[in-house]
Amino acid sequence: MTLTLTLREQPVVPVEAEALCPDRVAGARREEIEALPVWHGKERARVGDFFAVSGAGDDDVRLEGDLRRVKHVGAGMTAGRLTIAGDVGMHAGAGMSGGELHVEGDAGDWAGAGMRGGRLFVRGSVGRQLGGVYAGERAGMRGGEIVVHGDAGAQAGAGLRRGLIAVAGRVGDAAGLRMLAGTIVALGGLGARAGAGMRRGTIVTMAPAALLATFVFSCAYRPPFLGLYLRRLRALGLAVTDEQLEGRYARWCGDGLELRRGEVLILEDGRSPSALERPGHQRPEAVGANDRHHQIAGPDAPGGNPS
Amino acid sequence: MKLHGAEIVDTFAEAFPMWGARVVITAATPGWALEAGRSMTGFATSVIGCKCEASIERELDPDETPDGRPGVSALLFAMDRDGLAKRLVERVGQCVLTSATSACFNGLDAEDAVDVGGQLRFFGDGYQASKVLDGRRYWRVPVMEGEFLVEERFGAVEGVAGGNIIILARDAEPALRAAEAAAAAIRSVEGAIMPFPGGIARSGSKIGSRYSSLPASTNDALCPTLRGQVEHTEVPPGVGCVFEIVIDGLALQPVSEAMARGLAAAAEAGATHLTAGNYGGNLGPFHIHLRDLLP
Repeated sequence: MTLTLTLREQPVVPVEAEALCPDRVAGARREEIEALPVWHGKERARVGDFFAVSGAGDDDVRLEGDLRRVKHVGAGMTAGRLTIAGDVGMHAGAGMSGGELHVEGDAGDWAGAGMRGGRLFVRGSVGRQLGGVYAGERAGMRGGEIVVHGDAGAQAGAGLRRGLIAVAGRVGDAAGLRMLAGTIVALGGLGARAGAGMRRGTIVTMAPAALLATFVFSCAYRPPFLGLYLRRLRALGLAVTDEQLEGRYARWCGDGLELRRGEVLILEDGRSPSALERPGHQRPEAVGANDRHHQIAGPDAPGGNPS
Repeated sequence: MKLHGAEIVDTFAEAFPMWGARVVITAATPGWALEAGRSMTGFATSVIGCKCEASIERELDPDETPDGRPGVSALLFAMDRDGLAKRLVERVGQCVLTSATSACFNGLDAEDAVDVGGQLRFFGDGYQASKVLDGRRYWRVPVMEGEFLVEERFGAVEGVAGGNIIILARDAEPALRAAEAAAAAIRSVEGAIMPFPGGIARSGSKIGSRYSSLPASTNDALCPTLRGQVEHTEVPPGVGCVFEIVIDGLALQPVSEAMARGLAAAAEAGATHLTAGNYGGNLGPFHIHLRDLLP
């Protein structure tokens, strides 16, 4: 049986509800759940002031209603399964270290920020700082898996230290900003300045990307580890194609302003020859009317330097 | 005791504990996976002379491997846990890392594990990189061809080595036919390998020798050519050739199962006698009685 908490009506100001995680509510009596504290703006309130509690369950919790103004849902959860039947506000699953958080709609900014373990699934899109780093923290996400079926906003995976972030749609600007390690897979493409300041780690994209001039082309190849990752994403429900599984990827090393031990892997579309096979092997020129520090990498790139 | 017309000697195989691991090797083609697997399990027939025993367990379809490529699984056994770790590092490093298009994964979920990829990563000279996926760490080691991917830790279990059946027949041709049939039947058992060439040993040994430097020497009691020469022979009249199949497994059950299938196949294929090797019960704690294996 599932424990269900239904939001009666959307609050006027956001509710901060860290208590809404399986660790706190699973197995608890209805009165105990209703008495759990939340913040309504600057006012201290109770879960029961906003949610109707029904059913019971040990580790399967469901939240219903319009939760776009409910923040920190599932934050810090360590086990169990929490399903949000719709949209949810900011910081969903932030700092979680175990269990599964399923968002059936969209999630706000900072979803999975500082995550340490467990799995976060979002059927819709997410805002900025997916798996991101809070100000003052040395690192952002440090473990676990995030799977987003829609798009992700800017700075997804900022400060990423370990773990996997996969986005079926497009990822906004500065993905993997100052990331330390870990893996970001953007099936739908990347925004500008991906990997800016990255030290280690991997950003994978299936579409041409505008990389910073501080990234250097190495070669096009089939990274053996990527087969594991893409198969894993397929098992987690993302539509990974055979072409993506079997394709060749251009490897760009960066960020040259840091250790240059990170990489951006860009799928070749199979029609264009790889940079290595093109005549000239020239270093890609800085292009773009608005940002002269960008170079276009990928199948449509003007060339590559296999240095 | 009789089985398909073959005389089954009422004796037992004496097996002993060895530490084992399962190595999954993948490559771009089944041929290259097999090449790497054969190389890694080469010169690994007997722990006496090779420090380990190993063989390919079976070939793997792409949907059975972690990276979706064709592969092989191989089992490797050593006398202790540390020895197992050393042999894995040596053999994966020299034979799999070097083999074109290969990748190498742990194929055994076990409580205990030994460090393999974590040692081989140093070949990357600082350019290696690790990936952690679903709780397992992999190392990406840059090589001239591209990248060698190897899992960091490999499961290690205390397995059972030295299971065996001894196949006797009128002469070499039917004896080899029976041994080949037994080896083919044993290959269908998961978790067990036959470390000798083709799964068959023509030169079973006894412990010790009249030469002090040798820890083992020919099993003269089972050499047909010595039947009229030794004080004690175990070669029955009419037998002109003897083969042995040695079986190592990740547990006792697959070793017993392999012996049972091997006995049945060898008997059906024309063996006149089937027996097993033991040391009077003084060597190993596992006594696998042939009578318990008959249908």
